[in-house]
Amino acid sequence: MSDRLSVFKTYKLYVGGKFPRSESGRVYEVTDAKGKWLANAPLSSRKDARDAVVAARKAFGAWSGATAYNRGQVLYRVAEMLEGRKSQFVHEVADAEGLSKSKAAAQVEATIDRWVWYAGWTDKIAQVVGGGNPVAGPYFNLSSPEPTGVVAVLAPQESSFLGLVSVVAPVIATGNTAVVVASERAPLPALSLAEVLATSDVPGGVVNVLSGRTAEIATPLAAHQDVNAIDLAGADDVLAKELEIAAADNLKRVLRPQPVDDWSATPGIDRMTAFLETKTVWHPTGSLGASGSSY
Amino acid sequence: MSTAAPHALADVTASDSTLRRFLHGLPGVDAVGLEARAASLGTRSIKTTAKAYAIDLAISMVDLTTLEGADTPGKVRALGAKAVHPDPIDRTTPATAAVCVYPDMVATAKAAVAGSSVKVASVATAFPAGRAPLSVKLADVREAIAAGADEIDMVIDRGAFLAGHYLKVHEEIVAVKEACGAARLKVIFETGELSTYDNIRRASWLGMLAGADFIKTSTGKVAVNATPANTLLMLEAVRDFRAQTGVQVGVKPAGGIRTTKDAIKFLVLVNETAGEDWLDNHWFRFGASSLLNDLLMQRQKLATGRYSGPDYVTVD
Amino acid sequence: MTMEKMSPVFEYAPAPESRAIVDIAPSYGLFIDGEFTEAADGKVFKTVSPASEEVLSEIARAGEADVDRAVQAARKAFEKWSALPGSERAKYLFRIARIIQERSRELAVLETLDNGKPIKETRDADLPLVAAHFFYYAGWADKLDHAGFGANPRPLGVAGQVIPWNFPLLMLAWKIAPALATGNTVVLKPAETTPLTALFFADICRQAGLPKGVVNILPGYGDTGAALVAHPDVNKVAFTGSTAVGKEIAKTVAGTRKKLTLELGGKGANIVFDDAPIDQAVEGIVSGIFFNQGQVCCAGSRLLVQESIQDELLDSLKRRLSTLRLGDPLDKNTDIGAINSEEQLTRITSLVEQGESEGAERWSPACELPSAGYWFAPTLFTNVTQAHTIARDEIFGPVLSVLTFRTPDEAVAKANNTQYGLSAGIWTEKGSRILAVANKLRAGVVWSNTFNKFDPTSPFGGYKESGFGREGGRHGLEAYLDV
Repeated sequence: MSDRLSVFKTYKLYVGGKFPRSESGRVYEVTDAKGKWLANAPLSSRKDARDAVVAARKAFGAWSGATAYNRGQVLYRVAEMLEGRKSQFVHEVADAEGLSKSKAAAQVEATIDRWVWYAGWTDKIAQVVGGGNPVAGPYFNLSSPEPTGVVAVLAPQESSFLGLVSVVAPVIATGNTAVVVASERAPLPALSLAEVLATSDVPGGVVNVLSGRTAEIATPLAAHQDVNAIDLAGADDVLAKELEIAAADNLKRVLRPQPVDDWSATPGIDRMTAFLETKTVWHPTGSLGASGSSY
Repeated sequence: MSTAAPHALADVTASDSTLRRFLHGLPGVDAVGLEARAASLGTRSIKTTAKAYAIDLAISMVDLTTLEGADTPGKVRALGAKAVHPDPIDRTTPATAAVCVYPDMVATAKAAVAGSSVKVASVATAFPAGRAPLSVKLADVREAIAAGADEIDMVIDRGAFLAGHYLKVHEEIVAVKEACGAARLKVIFETGELSTYDNIRRASWLGMLAGADFIKTSTGKVAVNATPANTLLMLEAVRDFRAQTGVQVGVKPAGGIRTTKDAIKFLVLVNETAGEDWLDNHWFRFGASSLLNDLLMQRQKLATGRYSGPDYVTVD
Repeated sequence: MTMEKMSPVFEYAPAPESRAIVDIAPSYGLFIDGEFTEAADGKVFKTVSPASEEVLSEIARAGEADVDRAVQAARKAFEKWSALPGSERAKYLFRIARIIQERSRELAVLETLDNGKPIKETRDADLPLVAAHFFYYAGWADKLDHAGFGANPRPLGVAGQVIPWNFPLLMLAWKIAPALATGNTVVLKPAETTPLTALFFADICRQAGLPKGVVNILPGYGDTGAALVAHPDVNKVAFTGSTAVGKEIAKTVAGTRKKLTLELGGKGANIVFDDAPIDQAVEGIVSGIFFNQGQVCCAGSRLLVQESIQDELLDSLKRRLSTLRLGDPLDKNTDIGAINSEEQLTRITSLVEQGESEGAERWSPACELPSAGYWFAPTLFTNVTQAHTIARDEIFGPVLSVLTFRTPDEAVAKANNTQYGLSAGIWTEKGSRILAVANKLRAGVVWSNTFNKFDPTSPFGGYKESGFGREGGRHGLEAYLDV
């Protein structure tokens, strides 16, 4: 080992495919589990939240309109990119969560596998939760799931990477776009994930990552009229209630925080269906026409 | 080139292609929606004075029909007598609009209804298939006219229609119309053979452009004849045609209408689609035979309060 | 009273359905734990026939204490009801469905009396759908393992349900049938202007031998609903009604474990392209906005017509509106009945006045309104833009706003330009356009070349501020399962 002085990374927000500093110009100190300084992370303001919503809305049309196959390819590409940068994330997760290298590696591997899992879901969920309805009349009737829109995601506070991906991937797999509030105490894996997303094929604005005080960022997001849903995974009970009340103003779909013992357990489809709308289309069928001659 | 259509739409019959473009440019018909509308009008509840009026109106609209290979002068004379006085017990019963017979029976029928308001209609143009050379069809028409027919019920060439030779169909109707002289021409589409509602709408416009005085659903000789839906569709066509050209055309559903209840449903269709201008036997007819007796029994029931039976109406 | 210009001699005589088939008692109690009972504080209210303002009956008005009693009864009943084999619950629901069919004429007349909607609709739409809904969910009760929610999905507990006045018994069916099938027990509050069919439904529960406390009916006003929604021992809240109240409910249940589904308002766009089947489109527009006097959350209240056919379509539409028959809802020939309440009539009237004052052009067919009762003539506004209040606010009445568009893109943009997202209609003969437009519409139900069709197997519910959750179909089970 040389005693070369290392180059620190400046962590930035990820909004609309770009890496801005916080509009506030402020940062906060991020430490490891033992309190050692790791980096200064941007302290996002409500204006950063607003910009992120604008970016997410702008990206929604193309992302939700992409073929499910294409979204699957893009998500799989994220897993490929992560695999290549595994050691970086093992390092960051170990620091962030105070884990041994092997435990951190297990977390990172589970996280990569989670991307693969959701990548495979993109073109299957519609068949599982949608389908034809046998109505009592001469009508074709089909229900299909559609993404809700722009989803604000409060990432889990404890599981800085596996937990993060476990809540973000299901949101975007189905065609939503996300404004993600990283774990307040351990935002660095999330901010680094943004760099991976930017270098994979995820279009800018599909995932936007903000770091800072969860309550400060989440409050304007919960009240934002152009946000369609909010995942409260990273909110405590008091904050969650406040945010749910604020979210009622435009009837956001709200996923309440649920205790998660083990983020590595196989997820069900609930985190996808929570941010899906069901659209049902009717059309008359009718007959081919009555015909026939008897002479 | 055809020469009928003395109105704003005359240009559309200039050639086969203009005619095709026009007919295929008509609004499409959604089958389920059309049938649902017809069914919903069928739930109108008609009672008391309205029903008495409807029954008499329906009787006056009947083209009392016999179109059998076994028709004889005796049968036709009996039919004529019944058309003039449908209910021998109650002379206030209106006469039917017409009797409808084959061309060789026109003279007999004419004599049977002489002195009454009852018209004689004759099917012609090689009814019901219409599969004969135009010269034969026209001869058929001329014979019927010469024998005194007041009205001619022609069948269109469905083969030509289904093959897309719209101008041929048009020209044939124009030629028949010319042969009719003063007699009114009813043009039968045989809707059951045209099969689709889009075709029925196109045929309706085609017939009207060619100068039909009436458009008529069917011969009564195929599996599917008049239905509320195809009649509703044709009523929409005559309504729209008058709105565009100012020319009013009549409608005649034929075949399969057997009960008073059915007939009243058709009158409701007329009333709410084409409107009151068509509620007259100059503009609306029923091609039927057994319908008349049911109308008569219902009429007797309304008059007496008790249900009538087949022994109290004539079998002719 | 008709507004049509039809043959002066072929004027359909009145054909009223007999009201003798229904026996309305002078007063009704709350239905709690299988018994009719007075309100704890003795409060009552009157329910009137909106077509005549005749008082039909006096109804106990549930207060907080009654809500508590009913929730307790439902909680107590939950234990046994949820433990019943699904096949047994199914049979109760099948019984209910059959009894509804047997008593459908009575219930149709009752609904028409209490709500003001035409007998034609209660007889041909509401009641058949009510029975069908119970039949449908009856069959699910013993098949929940196969519904796609994992093995042995559990019920939530006590469901507090608040329903509106526009389809009183149908909304009851939409709420109660899936709740019971999945093993929940219910406390249901019908709307204050239409409590009667829900109270008759209580009698059907008695006839079906349904265990006490499984269904509790609490007539009352908004305060009753608020108390029910806020009750700490309620596990599930289901509400159909206005978006404003829906938001209040969402705030009330915030921070609790109560599962919530909301079916709220709408401002549905009915889009007519230049190649539409015009005659059917006209029927669809009429049924879209004049069915149930337009008091339908999924009404097609905004007509978006391609500018090139506007005149032709409006001519046809006006001609068709002139044949609508408005009057006695019990008359089988009535197309347009009474507005449900004076309050609703006032709201419609004021929004229509606002439409006029904002410069939209108002048209109604010649129409004589009955002197008693609450009536509003079918109304059409032309020269409406997205900026007009009548194009944005839900009117919940027989009022159609006509807007135009030039291209499919513009049609979709205008259709989606609303805080609501419940329903939309598309009329065109071009199949690819139907699918392309349907894909882009942000609405839970898209009717193409038809409108206002409902079926128990077909999920129903909104996007955006039209609420969340789906009622009907397999999807409708989720709202009542712990998944």
